[in-house]
Amino acid sequence: MASKPVYRTVFDIPREEYFAPGHGLCAGCAAGVIMKILTKVAGPNTIIVNATGCVEVATTMFPYTSWKVPWLHVAFENAAAAASGVEAAIKVLKRKGVIDPNKRINVVVVAGDGGTYDIGFQALSGMLERGHNVMYVLYDNEAYMNTGIQRSGGTPKYAWTTTTPVGKVWKGEWRPKKPIADIVAAHRIPYVATASPSHVIDMMNKFRKGLDIEGPTFIHVLQPCTTGWRFDPRYGITIARLAVLTGMWILWEMEHGEFRVTVPVPKRKPVREYLKLQGRFRHLSEEQIEEIQRMVDEEVERINKLVGRTVIGPVEE
Amino acid sequence: MVKWKRLPLNSNYAVAYAVKDADVDVIAAYPITPQTTIVEKIAEFLANGEFDAEMIHVESEHSALSALVGASAAGARVFTATASQGLELMHEILHIASGSRLPIVMAIATRALSAPISIWCDYSDLMNTRDASWITFINSSAQEVYDTLIMAYKIAEDPRVLLPVMSAHDGYIMSHTVEPVDVAEDPEDIRRFIPKRRDRINILDPDRPVSIGTIVRPEWFYEVKYQQVVAMREARKVIKEAQEEFASRFGRRHDVIETHMMDDAELAILTYGGIYGTAREAVDMMRAKGMKVGSVKLRLWRPFPADELRKALSNVQAVAVVDRAISYGTPIAGPVALEVISLFYDEKDAPKVISFVAGIGQRTVTEYDFVGIAEKSLKYLSSGSIPKETIYWGVRGVEV
Ligand SMILES: Cc1ncc(C[n+]2csc(CCOP(=O)(O)OP(=O)(O)O)c2C)c(N)n1
Ligand SMILES: [Mg+2]
Repeated sequence: MASKPVYRTVFDIPREEYFAPGHGLCAGCAAGVIMKILTKVAGPNTIIVNATGCVEVATTMFPYTSWKVPWLHVAFENAAAAASGVEAAIKVLKRKGVIDPNKRINVVVVAGDGGTYDIGFQALSGMLERGHNVMYVLYDNEAYMNTGIQRSGGTPKYAWTTTTPVGKVWKGEWRPKKPIADIVAAHRIPYVATASPSHVIDMMNKFRKGLDIEGPTFIHVLQPCTTGWRFDPRYGITIARLAVLTGMWILWEMEHGEFRVTVPVPKRKPVREYLKLQGRFRHLSEEQIEEIQRMVDEEVERINKLVGRTVIGPVEE
Repeated sequence: MVKWKRLPLNSNYAVAYAVKDADVDVIAAYPITPQTTIVEKIAEFLANGEFDAEMIHVESEHSALSALVGASAAGARVFTATASQGLELMHEILHIASGSRLPIVMAIATRALSAPISIWCDYSDLMNTRDASWITFINSSAQEVYDTLIMAYKIAEDPRVLLPVMSAHDGYIMSHTVEPVDVAEDPEDIRRFIPKRRDRINILDPDRPVSIGTIVRPEWFYEVKYQQVVAMREARKVIKEAQEEFASRFGRRHDVIETHMMDDAELAILTYGGIYGTAREAVDMMRAKGMKVGSVKLRLWRPFPADELRKALSNVQAVAVVDRAISYGTPIAGPVALEVISLFYDEKDAPKVISFVAGIGQRTVTEYDFVGIAEKSLKYLSSGSIPKETIYWGVRGVEV
């Protein structure tokens, strides 16, 4: 049985702030919202281990920091390994009476798609397999944004990036997005979920579960990037919502092996609605949009089969 | 009175005993020859409840050191061990560990670097870490390995230092050679010498939140790095203090260099690691024949014991530095030889420095090699022409 949600309305959002404003994230960057909500849910007894990337560089420009909880950055590819060490240290120091054994300290990784799908994948797999009590939050902006929008294993098919440009021969990324959450789930960890900053309460409950459930947990959050996806900064959350409403981004959780779609979409919007707001898809031909629609249709069918009924409905114009 | 028990241990096991006696909290390591038996022995201790620690069975050396950065930042006493390819894989994190000012301790069973692959001893792995801001010891006996590792925690955790420490010994030649080693009968004696402290600011504590590993702009970065320069300078003092206290508590004295028959020596042989014992024996053989040769052991590589070496070598006419690593593409290719030359740069009446490379990939170095090296050096000295290039001793097909 899936455990009950803790947060029901926006009035349940804790008022305390642990992620301070004044950071250098782009105007309209959804990562700031995700970090703010994440730290509100996690609270003061939390240690953040951040992989190199936009969030790390934009929130800790010495001598300032946005983090009111302990925060560690080691390198790009090793956040999961560093977090394993933090968790192991807390465990043994509790045993030896150095840290109060009754004090619950959350260990949370914050890493981008490059730091997770690609260069950090080995460390992540090791951390999952060893069963560390760590929540791993992947904020997925679908490219290496910090270094200027290069493709990653999380870049979706046909997206323009600076290393998959649109030219006479190349037409953006030609490979589909790697199904990272499924691969993580294949490690048989107790909790895996996808989330979107457009569905804040759903995202908060997933963070809550991720923290409360013993063992490694993984929350995969879609993070619209105004600079890399090429959209007007005011549309970040709109685009995140459209990703959910078109079925491009299905909100699900897998708790102790039990799969559930947490935000059913009875009537889907066509993917075009999602794509057309973003400059990175501006070059798409009709055929390519249709191909993406077919890919989404197939994924929706797979998910519905998995659930055993139609939770994501057909496209209605 | 501290009681000791004398055990037959190879240098790898001496490390494992020191880790147990130091009551290390977190160990993360990955197998690689010839280091592996260190971690195996530690695992055996843990499996039998002989001490209490978390062992993280990481999936690579990169993750081993990364996990220790996390564990040390969380306030734990930590340990890892590696060699060769594993040390290379850690390289990125070596700099992060020291830059984050974390008192991590690591043992190295030195080994050559690929390609071609060699599992045997030389010091090319260790020498590649030269600029990583780790305090680096090179040991010559299993007893020294045990003692150095214990002192390593004292030095690394000193608030004046807060730098990681590497403690190396020869792969195979020492890692797999059994010697008598005195280990503490009661580990508490060791633990009283290195009490754990939680007074550094770089600890991830929710009651006192700090950000570690932030991005630092040009207007601050240089000052941060300069503090490492100062810490290395402070470390010279702290190392001396640690050695003093160790000697007075435990009755075993170690120093950053060691000398043998140097009082009236005309020629010094300077080397490091397991072959130093061979060099000493060669000196005794040559002394019996009336040759005025002495030997100097380099036990501390970083911070470089410049004053001690300058003093020890002040009266010799020449010093033959025998390196076990090659810095390719420079006339003087021995890493330690380069440092010794720079010691005497621009000094009048300085000893001539002759650079030898030997023992690469564990090419055997015997007493007779040292005798040969000494005879050759004396010949250069009397002819008045000191070679400006490294002499590759013992390589086939090359005349020396
Ligand atoms: C070993 C290593 N390789 C490359 C880099 C350069 N680098 C820093 S951040 C980054 C991109 C990060 O991308 P992602 O993980 O998706 O996070 P984002 O910046 O998009 O938030 C890269 C390539 C690095 N810091 N370390
Ligand atoms: Mg990214």
